[in-house]
Amino acid sequence: MTDTETVLKALMLRGLAGDAKAHGELLATLARHLRAFFARRLGGAQVDVEDLVQETLLAIHLKRDTYDTAQPFTPWAYAIGRYKLLDHFRRQGVRRAVPLEDAGELIAAETTEEGAVRRDLDRLLSDLPERQRALVQDVKLTGHSIEEAAGRQGMTPGAAKVAIHRSLQRLARKVRQ
Amino acid sequence: MRTDELITLLSRDAPSQAGRRFAPLLLGAGVVGAAVSLAVLIAWLGMRPMHEAMRSGSFWMKAAYTTLLAASGLFVTTRLARPGGRAGAALWIAALAIAWLATMAGMETMHTPAAGLPRLWLGQTWRVCPLRIVALSLPVLAAALIALRRMAPTQPALAGAMAGLFAGAVGATVYGLYCRETAAAFVVVWYSLGIAACAALGAAIGARALRW
Repeated sequence: MTDTETVLKALMLRGLAGDAKAHGELLATLARHLRAFFARRLGGAQVDVEDLVQETLLAIHLKRDTYDTAQPFTPWAYAIGRYKLLDHFRRQGVRRAVPLEDAGELIAAETTEEGAVRRDLDRLLSDLPERQRALVQDVKLTGHSIEEAAGRQGMTPGAAKVAIHRSLQRLARKVRQ
Repeated sequence: MRTDELITLLSRDAPSQAGRRFAPLLLGAGVVGAAVSLAVLIAWLGMRPMHEAMRSGSFWMKAAYTTLLAASGLFVTTRLARPGGRAGAALWIAALAIAWLATMAGMETMHTPAAGLPRLWLGQTWRVCPLRIVALSLPVLAAALIALRRMAPTQPALAGAMAGLFAGAVGATVYGLYCRETAAAFVVVWYSLGIAACAALGAAIGARALRW
């Protein structure tokens, strides 16, 4: 646990300092841990696992400024995963307890293989203005930087950055509906 | 969209970002809300003459009580605003403030003849005091909840309740600029009731509005 915590926290701090590669690596590692964690907690309902992973990654990303860098990282990430799991249970109309303080469970196991999603995020973005959607698709599929993608879509980098961030916020709202 | 595509997308939206300090934000919300409450108080009930209030011990007693509750609410809400945050020790400030005022109320009761007790505990304004406090708290509650929405409370109802404690206590502090009740017995019951109602309102709103 200590090692994983050290690695994750270092990635988080670098990500917060603007290191996109570290941020991506952090999210990829968290995705593997979240996948294993949700799969165990959801038991039979495996079909929702990948959706929950995506929803939680979005939340972790959009709320990353609420991480207090003086604190350990894993409990913060676990709290978000736990919150999204409980929110999922609540929306399903089931009552189930998940221990409040068990950050160790989050990083105890990993699942690399992506499950199927029920809710397609692309579809949720389909009502975006055409150029904005093309921008999202370009960044997502090619891994181009926002600056490059902006050039291809004929947007300024500043406008493209805002457009991407807004699209993500919109996604986060829509996955909860 | 596959998860690894999502991660690629998210990693491209990663400007350098300083951690958000929430306490100043919430304090600012409290100041803005209190200014609105004060304007409402002046337009609605007016203020009691301050030179008279400043010389009365009961004015300071009320102000100290509500300020302590507001501080407690501020600290606890700040902690609950982040994922995994716990209420923590700051809730003891509120408990101690209540205990202090309840003790004063007990002493007042012992020194008051039986015939004077209803007046001591009910004052002249018990019917309107809690409702007025709730009304004056609403601007602060709205500002505090808006500030909280920028954070990520993982216990939305509790965070809303504590924002309500903060707002109710600030509203009660503003109301103290009008109120002429003097008994600790009155304050510990009716002020506390108004503040508690505001906390309950905050919990009810928070349970819905603070989800993310």
